Amino acid sequence: MKRIGLFIPCYVDQFYPNAGIATYQLLKKLGLDVTYPAGQTCCGQPMANSGFEHLTGDCNQLFVDNFAEFDYIVSPSGSCVLHVKEHLHTVNSEDQAAGIRKKVYELVEFLVDVLQVKNLKAKFPYKVGLHQSCHGQRGLLLTQMSELVAPYFSKPQQLLAQVEGLELIELKRTDECCGFGGTFCVVEEAVSVKMGKDRVKDHLTNGAEYITGADMSCLMHMEGILKREKSKVKVMHIAEILNAG
Amino acid sequence: MNTETKTHPELSEIFNKDEQRVNWHDETLWWIRQKRDKSAHSIPEWEMLREKASQIKNNALSNLADYLVSFEEKALANGIIVHWAADAAEHNRIVHGILEKHGIRQMVKSKSMLTEECHLNEYLEKQGLEVIDSDLGERIVQLAKEPPSHIVLPCIHKKKEEIGDLFHEHLGVPAGTSDPQILTEAARQHLRETFLTRKAALTGVNFAIAETGEFVVCTNEGNADMGAHLADVHIACMGIEKIIPKRKHLGVFLRLLARSATGQPITTYSSHFKKPRAGQEMHIVLVDNGRTIQMGREDFRASLKCIRCGACMNTCPVYRRSGGHSYNYAISGPIGAILAPNLDREKYADLPFASTLCGSCSNVCPVKIDIHQQLYKWRQVIVQEGYATSSKKMSMKLMNYTLSSPGIYRTAGKAGRWVLKHIPFAVNNQFNPWYKQREMPEAPKESFGEWYKKNVK
Repeated sequence: MKRIGLFIPCYVDQFYPNAGIATYQLLKKLGLDVTYPAGQTCCGQPMANSGFEHLTGDCNQLFVDNFAEFDYIVSPSGSCVLHVKEHLHTVNSEDQAAGIRKKVYELVEFLVDVLQVKNLKAKFPYKVGLHQSCHGQRGLLLTQMSELVAPYFSKPQQLLAQVEGLELIELKRTDECCGFGGTFCVVEEAVSVKMGKDRVKDHLTNGAEYITGADMSCLMHMEGILKREKSKVKVMHIAEILNAG
Repeated sequence: MNTETKTHPELSEIFNKDEQRVNWHDETLWWIRQKRDKSAHSIPEWEMLREKASQIKNNALSNLADYLVSFEEKALANGIIVHWAADAAEHNRIVHGILEKHGIRQMVKSKSMLTEECHLNEYLEKQGLEVIDSDLGERIVQLAKEPPSHIVLPCIHKKKEEIGDLFHEHLGVPAGTSDPQILTEAARQHLRETFLTRKAALTGVNFAIAETGEFVVCTNEGNADMGAHLADVHIACMGIEKIIPKRKHLGVFLRLLARSATGQPITTYSSHFKKPRAGQEMHIVLVDNGRTIQMGREDFRASLKCIRCGACMNTCPVYRRSGGHSYNYAISGPIGAILAPNLDREKYADLPFASTLCGSCSNVCPVKIDIHQQLYKWRQVIVQEGYATSSKKMSMKLMNYTLSSPGIYRTAGKAGRWVLKHIPFAVNNQFNPWYKQREMPEAPKESFGEWYKKNVK
């Protein structure tokens, strides 16, 4: 049986363990051999996106040491997966790094493209707004992008359609950024917050009870705004919905 | 407003003090993005056109020297006087020299981002010459003594009431006028007089054709034609990257330009200039101003493919909420943020960071510039060259130290969660920019790693 290494990004590990647990349980339900290598920390993206990619050598080596042995590496974060795909390089184990860049998958694309899941046994009787995270969408092509003249598809929608009772709401702007952007959220605080407020508003005016997506970082950002606005609407990682009921 | 000393985050914060205005600015530009989408979707071969345009521009840049020589040769044969300017200062001196030679003190100008880049207006004004911008939006910001905030829509940041106030002050329309038709008519009368009396007209160039030595200027108001056809001297200024190899390539670019810019199928006027009419003098100034340096930067040379449509600004969620003036550079938005650091890394160190790297800019770009990838790469260059703040350097080193060791990471994570749970005010205070307008995530009782250790055998 193929061996799957579970990559749980640092902030999911620390702040959103439920997204990680749901990912693990979902993959186990599908009968897979899943292992969480305990020595993992982070993909290095927070440094690299801030212009400090040159500092990420040790982080990258650690990633390779933890994940090289697996057939697939799966993670509930489009952004971190994209970073690994585009920027994982090491001085001493570049062959292994190259291998990892090819076998690392974001959870949704792994479920749709590799496992070709057609019939999830999940139930979530709520109105849900789907946030398209930029790195998952424009980087990993999880959903067709509104800018392009090309046929529509959406891998997260394909999965959410299998969830009993779930009603997906329509958004006015289908794929606008939420303004998180890593360190952007503190360096460009004013614009970041305004982007987040606008994104949240689109979900609220269209009746969402939950906002979901394949990237916890965007959801964390929108959650921060929802809570400040004392909204009852909650954020939930897509893994938790696909694992619900 | 003097914006020179403030950074993008500071200027954005000021812009965001009036949330209703930000909403208006965002909605206005988003409406243009939607017009662009509608227009692009009406062309089934849109993506192929973008690819074609991208390849033509790649070819043009790879053979730029030859195309420029060919262009000069043909232009000279057509009776045009050709000048070469290494930088902005030389460009300004050349234009000034031409005007001096003819004893001209007043000039009418149609929109040219290159002359904004070179600060030609300020230069000529210092020499005692008067320049009147004839593009309506450009004229409005000129009256307001502001730079354009957008390369295609220079006064997009101004409301019609504010334009009414400016026209009341400068053109004598009754106070409180805000009807666009009345305002436009007032500008039209004012500019008509200008067109009729100016002896020199300066235009920009959208495309210069190596094969024929002609150039094309795209406007919606016909103001380039009005200026050039009535003046004794026509000066056209262009960056050297405006070259396209053949006339037939216009069929690709003219289809893309206006659709990308405003959603129009084509600009109202696509004016072809090939030779001076009898008695007229026609000049072309070919300007480098850092372009050949950018050509030499492998990671950034594709930025020179830009045809200045402004689509990346209209789609940029940051630009729409920070305004063009927050970029402190003649060309704002994502494209400005990858062009400006070529000229001055220190001054524009903040611009590549004024992005979430969402990638929408690269998707709307009609010549497929990898804008967001270049933003990422400029960040690396800027940090490597030492333009990051020392607090940022410290925090990044600390972060790297923590994340490079699983033991330290676990301890730090546990400590962080403990602090959030037990002494939240240590984090939730005015020194935490996240907390200013957002709540911190709730600290869970255990990390995923701890859960896994306990529950999975």
